[in-house]
Amino acid sequence: MERLTDKEEEILESLWVEVEESAKTPDIGVLRDEPALEDLIEKGFIDRQKEKLLTEKGLKEAERCVRRHRLAERLLADILYVKDPLIHEASCKFEHGLHHGLEDNICTLLGHPRTCPHGKPIPEGECCKKFEKIPQRLIVSLKELVPGNTGKISYINTQDTQTLKRLISMGILPGNQIKLLHRFPSFVFEMGNSNFAIDKDLAENIYVLLLQTGPFNKKGGKRWRHGLK
Amino acid sequence: MENKKIAIVGPPNVGKSSIFNNLSGTYVTVSNYPGTTVEIFKTHIKLKGKDYQLIDTPGMYSLWPLSEEERVARWILLKSSPDVILQIGEAKNLEKTLMFTLQLLEAGCPLILVLNIMDEAKDEGIHIDIHQLENILGIPVVETVSVRNIGIGKLKEAIINAPATTEATFLQYSRSIEEAIGAIASYIKAQYTIAKRALSVLLLGEDPEIQNIVRAREERQDFEKIVQAKEQLKRKISQPLEYVVNVALQEKAQDIAQRVTKSKKKKERNFSRLLGDLTLKPLVGIPLLAFFLYFGIYKLVGVFGAGVCVDFLEGAFEKYVSPFFVFIFQKIIPFEFIRNLFVGEYGIITLGIRYAVAIVLPIVGIFFFVFSFAEDTGYLPRMGAMLDRLFKKIGLSGRAVIPIVLGLGCDTMATMVTRILPTRRERIIATFLLSLSVPCSAQLGVIMAVLSQKGWALAIWFLVISSVFAFSGFILNRILKGKKPSFHIELPPLRMPRMSNICIKTYSRLKWYFKEVLPLFIWASVFIWVGQITKLFDIVIAALAYPLRGVGLPDYLAKVFLFGFFRRDYGAAGLYDLNKQGLLSMREVLVAAVILTLFLPCIAQFLMNLKERGMKLSIGIALFILFFSFSVGFVLNNILLIVGIP
Repeated sequence: MERLTDKEEEILESLWVEVEESAKTPDIGVLRDEPALEDLIEKGFIDRQKEKLLTEKGLKEAERCVRRHRLAERLLADILYVKDPLIHEASCKFEHGLHHGLEDNICTLLGHPRTCPHGKPIPEGECCKKFEKIPQRLIVSLKELVPGNTGKISYINTQDTQTLKRLISMGILPGNQIKLLHRFPSFVFEMGNSNFAIDKDLAENIYVLLLQTGPFNKKGGKRWRHGLK
Repeated sequence: MENKKIAIVGPPNVGKSSIFNNLSGTYVTVSNYPGTTVEIFKTHIKLKGKDYQLIDTPGMYSLWPLSEEERVARWILLKSSPDVILQIGEAKNLEKTLMFTLQLLEAGCPLILVLNIMDEAKDEGIHIDIHQLENILGIPVVETVSVRNIGIGKLKEAIINAPATTEATFLQYSRSIEEAIGAIASYIKAQYTIAKRALSVLLLGEDPEIQNIVRAREERQDFEKIVQAKEQLKRKISQPLEYVVNVALQEKAQDIAQRVTKSKKKKERNFSRLLGDLTLKPLVGIPLLAFFLYFGIYKLVGVFGAGVCVDFLEGAFEKYVSPFFVFIFQKIIPFEFIRNLFVGEYGIITLGIRYAVAIVLPIVGIFFFVFSFAEDTGYLPRMGAMLDRLFKKIGLSGRAVIPIVLGLGCDTMATMVTRILPTRRERIIATFLLSLSVPCSAQLGVIMAVLSQKGWALAIWFLVISSVFAFSGFILNRILKGKKPSFHIELPPLRMPRMSNICIKTYSRLKWYFKEVLPLFIWASVFIWVGQITKLFDIVIAALAYPLRGVGLPDYLAKVFLFGFFRRDYGAAGLYDLNKQGLLSMREVLVAAVILTLFLPCIAQFLMNLKERGMKLSIGIALFILFFSFSVGFVLNNILLIVGIP
């Protein structure tokens, strides 16, 4: 696979965001004299004739770039506790190193997050599609813990404001320590000096950084469904 | 000069109502589960000769409301602009309490922070430096144990000396948010009960209520600019603002809490913790639920309440009370037809008051006692956690356990309590199920007493009613549009309930109940009396006889059904009467019991449905139930006839 320069990746990334997320017709007028643009055209990623500019090949590559960028942001925010204003800048540099399957490893480590810390969706990779979760993972959703596990809340993975407000009203916010007590029939956990019960759908949205190593539920709830039948 | 207003705010289950009771000396129900204060309680109190108005509000966690309850609470806060706000919080959850405190302080509320349930915090080894906390926040902080009346004297002093607080700023957001707040604040021209900065923050969230308030009071172009500023910010930050604000609140609260708290090593699992934990395991929880239903509802309410107590009271009433009044009225009223209004077959005393006092009172009283007990132990939310998965199948969440179980006491009260459910969809489903298939305790008690002579009959009744409940919920869940419910509830620690508290609560619920019921019982007697004189009663009874014949029931049950419309329990009591006279076969009793259980919600419940759910829906539900209950009766009757039960 040919390796693109950082600049080329940046261009693809911003084109992808405009085309796929803002649904705008991209304008590369400002890039007229940029040599990287010519290279991209030469390599077959961009076609001036196309309304969306990106060729099929370009679209795929661009999606991967966006994925790397947003995964990098997640990693910086959740594992390395980088504060918000720095995240974007740092991950802009970080993302270009994530090649050759490295991004999938990070994705797996993070537990296949669906959004970046700013709430934008992360394009799925091969690893997400398989959803084979490997047990070394550090960040898992509450749904996958077994009773007795403790963790620190790392992020809430939802775009739904109602759900978010509900979780907030219980005090589920990053940094708080949580201990799972039961997972059936409801998820019961201890946080601070209070206990709460929530359903599976809410538990799925809460991602925690495991604080102790030990077994957790690898199959993520499926075990219980089988057990019931 | 008008009296100063004191408002009590705070999340559910931290002792707001009990503080209210302590300060006022009157009683509001106090409970160990979210959602008892659905009505707003107000009272006048005197402290050191000064008059105050005391207002209790439903539970709220923050200034961003989630449920209808919280909306009501915030609305009171915004509307009444109290002179003093008592924020009640659990001492052992200082951090969470402080998040709300900070929000209130930024809103410029004149605040006193009350850290309640201090004893539990001490048991957990938590020590809070009150003076330091007062210094940091700049407001009075009082420690209390409201159920034991500890700290109330200090609280009263703090209220008397309460300073008018000015707006304080504790939180600093990122630059783009601060800019938006500044812009919005500059467009706000009118005066509001909360500070401009706090209002601007609220305006940045998704909060239609606040938006409407501001839209109504600002110039159009100013409001448009506010919306613009909000939209602009939205493009810059992609997380919902509520989240960003809460993260900031949390950080600040955590910081303060850590500075003022000294935590000794937490005691290892004590007995109550262990027990509380056990009740959440299905292996213990489900038998416990069965035990609660069998012993609490069947044995206590059914067998003891509707059997033993009713027999005794009914006997006493018929033997002594009725004859006594008949004798008196014969002396003072010479005209028989007027006498009939009071002591005739359907007389106010001989029927209305007899039903209310001798049949309904013992059953409902015992139910409320059992319910209050379950509530005070903290068992109800656990029951919700246990049943959530099942309730999801009928479109409800575990939270709905509270209104549904309360419905087994009084459906009218339960319909009111459906307000604790977060979505309109859930409230509709719960209202429907309560109207159709949840028998109230008087009904339940009487039906259990009538049917328990034959175990199989009771089993069939139970089977029919619970299938109707499950089936109709399942169908509603399928056909109603809208989001499926989600479930979250705080599980309070299991507490040993205090007998005095349970009694007070049972008493105040009974009082509410009788205020609702007794007038209707009396009106029923009056209507029937008028109906009898004008012969209208006979016409209605004759008309009702037709559908009854259709489902295989004798004509004289018509009046029981007519009673049933006045009050569910009134109809059930009528059935009890007829059965005692030995007039009915088992099949007839069973079919009548099923129809009466499903039958129209009583007038009181119908009125509550109107109030809570609106005209269209309530009438729709009533018509459907009328038709449906007789259909079920018809099918059941024919099956019983085919099987050969007389």
